[in-house]
Amino acid sequence: MIKTNRGCSSNGRALALHARGTGFDPPHLHGSVLRHQIMLISRLSRAGFFIAKELSRGGYTFLSRTRFRQGSCGQCQHSPLELLPETRAFQWAIFQKRHDFSTSASNNASEGGDGQKETISVTFVSKDGEEIPIQVPVGMSMLEAAHQNDIELEGACEASLACSTCHVIVMDMEYYNKLEDPSDEENDMLDLAFGLTETSRLGCQIIARPELDGIRLAIPAATRNFAVDGYVPKPH
Amino acid sequence: MAIFGAKQVLWRSFTTVASHPLRVCIVGSGPAGFYTAEKILKRHQGSQVDIIDRLPIPYGLVRSGVAPDHPETKNVINQFSRVAQSGRCSFLGNIALGSSISLVELRELYHVVVLAYGAESDRVLGIPGEDLKGIHSAREFVWWYNGHPDGRNLDPDLKSTDTAVILGQGNVALDVARILLRRTSELAATDIASHALTALEQSSIRKVYLVGRRGPVQAACTAKELREVLGIKDLYIHIKEADLKITPADEEEMKSSRIHKRIYELLSKAATAGPSQPSSGQRELHFVFFRQPDRFLESYDKKGYVSGVHLEKTALKGVGSGKQIAIGTGQFEDLSCGIALKSIGYKSVPVDGLPFDNQKGVVPNVKGRVLSDNSGDPTSIENGLYVCGWLKRGPTGIIGTNLYCAEETVASVSEDVEQGVLGPATNSPKPGREGLLQILEDRKVRVVPFSGWERIDKEEKRLGSSRNKPREKMTTWEELLKAASE
Repeated sequence: MIKTNRGCSSNGRALALHARGTGFDPPHLHGSVLRHQIMLISRLSRAGFFIAKELSRGGYTFLSRTRFRQGSCGQCQHSPLELLPETRAFQWAIFQKRHDFSTSASNNASEGGDGQKETISVTFVSKDGEEIPIQVPVGMSMLEAAHQNDIELEGACEASLACSTCHVIVMDMEYYNKLEDPSDEENDMLDLAFGLTETSRLGCQIIARPELDGIRLAIPAATRNFAVDGYVPKPH
Repeated sequence: MAIFGAKQVLWRSFTTVASHPLRVCIVGSGPAGFYTAEKILKRHQGSQVDIIDRLPIPYGLVRSGVAPDHPETKNVINQFSRVAQSGRCSFLGNIALGSSISLVELRELYHVVVLAYGAESDRVLGIPGEDLKGIHSAREFVWWYNGHPDGRNLDPDLKSTDTAVILGQGNVALDVARILLRRTSELAATDIASHALTALEQSSIRKVYLVGRRGPVQAACTAKELREVLGIKDLYIHIKEADLKITPADEEEMKSSRIHKRIYELLSKAATAGPSQPSSGQRELHFVFFRQPDRFLESYDKKGYVSGVHLEKTALKGVGSGKQIAIGTGQFEDLSCGIALKSIGYKSVPVDGLPFDNQKGVVPNVKGRVLSDNSGDPTSIENGLYVCGWLKRGPTGIIGTNLYCAEETVASVSEDVEQGVLGPATNSPKPGREGLLQILEDRKVRVVPFSGWERIDKEEKRLGSSRNKPREKMTTWEELLKAASE
């Protein structure tokens, strides 16, 4: 269950602002037995979630095809439901929380196109520190969601895992732990991300799921100073 | 004279314009150039940005540097082409800074000039035998297989030897190794230049050595590229077990660098994963650590040709702040090869009138503002002149690095424009594009606009589709210029 590919100490990865009393090492590596148990429980509950997701796949296919807003990307499809009022989306989010997940998903599937659309609340924190709350349909990546809402998040390789320009920092460890572990390929790209932190991920790899409702994502600012860090003759 | 003439002609048209647009010229249309353009257009609503390039085609190293089997890395072209197609931006190809137009002239024509023309030359080893035939820089080799019009005639001899030595272990070195070792049937479905594909199909190279001065902990490549080369089908990988031993200093280095740690782990895993001997006829990749080239060896029977590299064993020495450098030990060994590729870094080339730091190979600058000399005095600034990309920070980093680099340079531009540092220049109109085109017309320079590139693009894709390739690159100046105007 627990992948080993990122079982490495991350000493030095985190920024000072991310030190939260667990030191520099990720808790799942060096934490107490209790921590391990908590981790395991959260992982198991995630597995349960995935079963639910599989069961309600029909509903998801529908959801992922209807977009919240029309964006600039070519794959976007027009939907008569584009202008879903935010309040309604908000009520829907509350509805989700109160109901058993699989029930709400199947409800959704059976309701068909009556305008109900499952979204989660996501807050992006821009480079300037501005908080931008948006609603993201379940199944959509954070990169796509950012683009549809005119949030400045680069996506040079168009979500093909060949760059790290959509790097985001998950602002709460609790939400970071809800995400699946990054793949080797994502880790390869994160290696090259600017201002990498303990809770860094690629925006294109975070897909909206009900349990991520309320997630906050910071877009790292260009903190690197090229004047100092610039040219380093590279010995081989 | 031409400038003043052009200015006179244009003066009248400007008097009717209420406000003067900020005229910006960016030299170089690679990632640094396009990211700079995108950010300037966004921050300065009234600006007009021209991106000029020496080649009739845009995108710089995305087209001629990124390996043909990395199509996903090239997706960024879609974003760049949207920038070029936006109303306030123009791509003007086939304009060489220094010969078609001088830097002084450009600065006269535009409020802001950003140099982002990268690094079109190579660092040299400075060791005996470096001029022997069969020794190429990796840049030339990459240009060759990527169909750069200046790389077409390289014609590397891949047929008279079974061994290639690559000096360097960075991503470019790994790209070159992969192209040499990968099955050509797989390469055939990429946009690799057809002359390169033919040569690789006939290649007799079976063994590739990747030589690095330092150890597996210091290797300069990234995990994606390493994983790729290690994953080539039916390839025997050799890494000396002794080279994988690490010292406390190595451990320190890995602690402070996630990428170095992951690279080391990948190499360690690869060292033990495969069989201990290659099967007969199997292609081989050897990682050679702790060796630095001392001189190239000349062939006895083929005068003037390389036959090997004389290597000196090295040891690591700490130089403070956790860094270790390679020091020669005085022990030597020979490594035979029929072709040697130097992948030890690109180098920028200065143009007339541009302050240049020859030692570092960059333009002296503070946050992208060009300094008048190398003294490091941050107050002697060249007004209205900026740098971005490799010319600014040296030839390292990935495409995305330029995003941050451009952000920094554009922040400097904006600051200067807003604070009026550019002097009265920003308050008065500049001829910009019209003035530039007038001068180039007088000089009979044939400018290739973005629509010209679109014609080339369309034709390349058409040629490629009949061969099951995403595109068949045109690889000569003549072809490109002809297709651009058709």
